[in-house]
Amino acid sequence: MNRINKLFANKEKKNILSIYFTAGYPELDSTVKIAEALEKAGADFLEIGFPYSDPVADGPVIQHSSEEALKNGMTLEVLFKQLAGLREKVQIPVLLMGYVNPVLQYGVERFCQDCEKVGIDGVIVPDLPLSEYEEFYQGTFAKHQLSNIFLVTPQTADDRIRKIDKLSTGFIYLLSSSATTGKNLQISESVSEYFARIREMNLNNPIVIGFGIHDKTTFDQTLNYADGAIVGSAFVRLLAEENFLEQILPFVQQFK
Amino acid sequence: MSNYQVNEKGYYGTFGGAYIPEMLYPNVEELRQNYRQIMDEPAFKAEFDKLMRDYVGRPSPLYLAGRLSERYGANIYLKREDLNHTGAHKINNTIGQILLAQRLGKTRIIAETGAGQHGVATATVCALKGLECVVYMGEIDIQRQAPNVARMKMMGAEVRPAKSGSKTLKDATNEALRDWINNPVNTHYIIGSVVGPHPYPDLVARFQSIISEETKKQLKEKTGSELPNYALACVGGGSNAMGMFYHFLDDESVRLIAAEAAGKGVHSGHSAATSVLGKEGVLHGSRTILMQTPDGQVIEPYSISAGLDYPGIGPQHAWLHKIQRAEYVSITDDEAMQAGLLLTRLEGIIPAIESAHALAQLEKMKFKPEDTVVVCLSGRGDKDLDNYMKYFGF
Repeated sequence: MNRINKLFANKEKKNILSIYFTAGYPELDSTVKIAEALEKAGADFLEIGFPYSDPVADGPVIQHSSEEALKNGMTLEVLFKQLAGLREKVQIPVLLMGYVNPVLQYGVERFCQDCEKVGIDGVIVPDLPLSEYEEFYQGTFAKHQLSNIFLVTPQTADDRIRKIDKLSTGFIYLLSSSATTGKNLQISESVSEYFARIREMNLNNPIVIGFGIHDKTTFDQTLNYADGAIVGSAFVRLLAEENFLEQILPFVQQFK
Repeated sequence: MSNYQVNEKGYYGTFGGAYIPEMLYPNVEELRQNYRQIMDEPAFKAEFDKLMRDYVGRPSPLYLAGRLSERYGANIYLKREDLNHTGAHKINNTIGQILLAQRLGKTRIIAETGAGQHGVATATVCALKGLECVVYMGEIDIQRQAPNVARMKMMGAEVRPAKSGSKTLKDATNEALRDWINNPVNTHYIIGSVVGPHPYPDLVARFQSIISEETKKQLKEKTGSELPNYALACVGGGSNAMGMFYHFLDDESVRLIAAEAAGKGVHSGHSAATSVLGKEGVLHGSRTILMQTPDGQVIEPYSISAGLDYPGIGPQHAWLHKIQRAEYVSITDDEAMQAGLLLTRLEGIIPAIESAHALAQLEKMKFKPEDTVVVCLSGRGDKDLDNYMKYFGF
C-alpha cells in the first residue's frame, strides 16, 4: 500500500484536494519549495508536471509553464536531483505527470527506479496507451510500487472504463469534459449526468475529477460525485505572480 | 500483406502505434475500426475514382524528361503530381479523407498545414463538399505563405494561427490535436502526411498509393516493364514518398530513395535530416524517429522548403529506414535550389522546392544508360517563386 492508497483508505478524509504544478516553473529550483508550501497549506496530494515541448493535452496556461520550465533548464535528470530530499520535507502523496517521450528517452525502468528512490507514489502519462502499458510496462511499475493513473472522459466506453478500473492501482482520473486543461468547468445537466453515471458504475478505484476546477463552487460540486478533485491551471496561473509563495496558503484554503 | 505494411496492432516493426491521450482515443478508435471497411466499399471506390479523374485530373502524366535524361545518362521519368488540381499530391489524401469523414457522419473538418499546400487541399475538398473547415497554421508560416492563406480563406476555410512553441508546422499539428480533443464528436482531423497515430499513417499511404499504382501501369506501357530501377521522392513527413514507394515495396529489385532536407548542412544546426539526426521516440502519436534533445524535447527543424521542415518522419519510413528497404539521403538547400533551376531550364517545369530535393539526388548517382528512374514531382513551384527569385537574385 503506497501513500495514495492510504490516503483514499482513510475514511476520515473528505474533500480530497490535489494540486498540479509544473516542475521548474516559475524558477528552476521552485519545485520543492512549492510542494512544501502546498502541504503546509493543506493540499492532500500533489501532481508535479515534468515539462515537454509539445504538450497536446494542455491549454495555454500549462503550455506556457512548460515552455518556461524548459527555458529554465528543467529536465527529468534535474528533477530527480531536486526531488532527492523530497521525503524529508513532504509527507503527502506525490505523483509525476508528463508526456511519454521524455520518459522513453530517460528509460522507463530507470524512470520508475528513480521515482521509487525519491518517494514518488504514482505517475500520470496521458499519451502512454493502455495497451502498451499492459503489455510492456505494468510489471516495471508494480515492481517499484508506482500507481499508474489512467484518464477517463465522457466519451470513454463502459467496457473500457471497466478495463481501466482493473488496471488501476491508485485512483481513476475522471476528466470533467473532453477538453484540454484550463477550460473553466461549468456543471451542466449533461456533466452531472456523466458524473452520476460513473459513480453508479461502483468502480473499485477511487474517482478523482480534474480539468476546469478553478474555485470553491466547482470544487464542491464535483465532490458530490467523486472522492477528490484536482486543481491545475488555476494554481499554475497564480505562480506567475511575484509573491507566489505567500499566496499558496490562501489559494489552498479557499477550497477547504 | 508484406512485412513492410502495418500489422494488426498498428505497428511497422517497432514503429507506429497510437500514443494518444484518452481524450483522442474514441475518435482514433472509430477511425481504426472503420477505415478499411469504408475504403473497400464499391460506392466509396467509385466516388473516389470519379473525383480523382474528373476533379483532380488523374491519372497524372508520367513524363520522360528528355533533356534531363540526356544530362544524367539514364531514362528519367517524372511523375507529374504537380499537374493535379491545387498543384501537388496533397489532394489525393484530402479527397480520400473527406469521403471517409462524410461516411463517419462528421460535419466539421480540421487540418494542420506548414507551407499551406495541405491546408489549401483540405479547404478545397471542404468547399467541394460544403463542410466547415478550420486550418491551423503556425503564426510565422502565415506571414511567410500569404498567397496560400488567401486561397484557403477564399474557399471559406478559417485559418487559425498556432501561437504556441515555435509557431510552425509541429505547433500547428499540436493545435489541431487540441481542437480535436475539444471537439470529440462532430469533427474529423485530416492529417496531411503519413504521420500521427495509427491508422493515419496507413490510411494516408493508401490514398497516396495511387501515385505508384499509376506509375506501374504507365511504365509498363512506355517501357514494357512495370518496374523501374530507381524510385525517388522527397520526405518531410513522407506522404508523397510513401505514395511513390507503396506498390514497389515488395519488388525488391526497385531501389527506393528518399531525399530529406539537410538545410544548411546536415550538422549545421539548421537541418531537417531526421534519419541522420533523429532518435527513436514518440511524436504526434506514433513511435518513430524524430529530432530531439537527450531529454526528449522535440527540436525545431530547418529547411528552405516549408514542406520538409518536420522534426520526424512517418513510422513506416522509420521502419523502411531501419531495415534498409529504402535509402534516406540528405540534400542541402543549395543542392535543391540548383536542381530546381536545372529542371526549369532543361524541361520548362518549375518544381516545388520540396520536389527539387528529390531531383538533386540525381546529381549524386551513377546510372547505366538502360536504367529507368522515376522521380516523384510532388508539386509545382509557383508557391516558391519568391524564394527562387530571392535565392538566384532574378
